Amino acid sequence: MSVLPVAPPAASAEDPGPLGTLATAARRVATMCLVELQRLRHDRSELVTRAVQPALWLLVFGQVFTRIHAIPTGDTPYLDFLAPGILAQSALFIAIFYGIQIIWERDAGVLSKLLVTPTPRMALVTAKAFAAGVRAVAQAVVVLLLALVLGVALSPNPLHWLGVVVALLLGSAFFCCLSITIAGLVLSRDRLMGIGQAITMPLFFASNALYPVELMPGWLQVINHVNPLSYEVEALRGLLIGTPARLWLDFAVLLLAAAAMITIASSLLPRLVRG
Amino acid sequence: MTAIGAGPPADVPAVRCTGLRQAFGDTVAVDGIDLEVRPGEVFGLLGPNGAGKTTTIRMITTLLPAPPGAIEVFGIDVARRRSAVRRLLGYVPQQLSADGTLSGRENVALFARLFDVPRRDRDAQVDAVLTAVDLLDVADRQVKTYSGGMVRRLELAQALVSAPRVLVLDEPTVGLDPVARDGVWDRITDIRLATGMTVLVTTHAMQEADAQCDRIALMHRGRVQALGTPADLRGALGPDATLDDVFRHHTGDTLADRSGGLRDVRAARRTAGRLG
Ligand SMILES: Nc1ncnc2c1ncn2[C@@H]1O[C@H](COP(=O)(O)OP(=O)(O)OP(=O)(O)O)[C@@H](O)[C@H]1O
Ligand SMILES: [Mg+2]
Repeated sequence: MSVLPVAPPAASAEDPGPLGTLATAARRVATMCLVELQRLRHDRSELVTRAVQPALWLLVFGQVFTRIHAIPTGDTPYLDFLAPGILAQSALFIAIFYGIQIIWERDAGVLSKLLVTPTPRMALVTAKAFAAGVRAVAQAVVVLLLALVLGVALSPNPLHWLGVVVALLLGSAFFCCLSITIAGLVLSRDRLMGIGQAITMPLFFASNALYPVELMPGWLQVINHVNPLSYEVEALRGLLIGTPARLWLDFAVLLLAAAAMITIASSLLPRLVRG
Repeated sequence: MTAIGAGPPADVPAVRCTGLRQAFGDTVAVDGIDLEVRPGEVFGLLGPNGAGKTTTIRMITTLLPAPPGAIEVFGIDVARRRSAVRRLLGYVPQQLSADGTLSGRENVALFARLFDVPRRDRDAQVDAVLTAVDLLDVADRQVKTYSGGMVRRLELAQALVSAPRVLVLDEPTVGLDPVARDGVWDRITDIRLATGMTVLVTTHAMQEADAQCDRIALMHRGRVQALGTPADLRGALGPDATLDDVFRHHTGDTLADRSGGLRDVRAARRTAGRLG
């Protein structure tokens, strides 16, 4: 027969210092990623339903545009060119959903409960950001399998695949926190849904996901340069199908963008809770 | 309490609030509250919708800002050392807040991890609290298949797995049928006997407060109108007074809402839909 835990003397109340805080944050990230995997395990059908849209893009858009050669992509077949873009898009859509989820968690008291644990706010936001990444990576496996079936020539190098995972994690962390930030500003689920829809498609179209940068009009190229999605796509494309990519720049931009957005989203969390 | 030694001296109150205030725009939700919860007692915050019970709880649990010196939990200032205070608290919010997509066990294990329960103790501790709330045999079912009473007991387990010193419950039995209600209170009583834990609970159910609380603070419009044991409060009004009469006496005749009701009802409905 097990016995109930009894409170220890209040000795653990010391200030953990910066290293201790960092260790706590790392444990919280691992915990939230684990929970995300548990959720996925309980609802595997979601992996399939969320694969429908990328599948349509690859099957219909990809196949048709490969055949008619409407978008010049050099030696690379258009379908191969498109696959990493669609991968990034599916990760983007997943990540943007997390802001909606956090409002829902606030309304349901879940967020309050999480915040009454010894978890620094920034650790909680970082943990959410990487949980979004875990889901995006799981989804990516499905999308990449589909791409393989369609005959896309993917790199066999395991290091490249590791890079793909990192790029997806960082990209998802950025967009997840972007959506948490908007959630912290608008505070209502309905408004966030509207804004979420209003920004995801422009983010997608104003990136190199569908067409090479050189084909864009000048003003779109400017937007493309400040759009983290483009750096994510460039990295994914370079790693998966070997097109030229500035990998150092891509990863540096993704890392900085994710760190900045995590900071901003964390600072808005109290407003969201108070809301 | 079996733990002795480095703990605070026995005369330090579990929770002490001094001149607590909180306003949302023009609404003054909490308007100068002073109270002390003694270690080991069940302390009830009683009051109509919108009285400021939840707001008080949210300040004590670090969810809303409080100025330095306004709140201490076992002598630790909430404004200065949030993380240390959070380690002493187990919190069950007003809404049904378990994760419907996870199993009961996963829900509890999550909070064991978030409170840094050491890995070697974790499984045993999760099982112990699930046993204590009578959910061990359904622990591996998804929570969306649980009844309201089961979800509430699961939330108790989530709050207890970190061995808190103070259990904070915001309307733990609202929306439950009488049997489920007793189920929740029986669990709380057993757990208190086993651990000597302090319980701070809000409710608008008079009989419940009368039967379960050692002392009660009756709140209305952000203030404490009366404070004492249920017997004291009844006695002050007359020999045959019930706690219902005390409530009416201090809050006016009706249980009429201020705006707080709708917010909470809406939130509760959303939760129901989510767990659905
Ligand atoms: N986040 C908020 N923004 C604006 N007003 C708020 C907020 N939270 C609470 N209030 C207001 O503060 C007052 C006290 O609310 P509170 O939720 O503390 O009451 P309560 O005693 O818990 O009521 P109930 O029994 O309905 O749960 C109410 O008038 C409510 O409308
Ligand atoms: Mg309330």
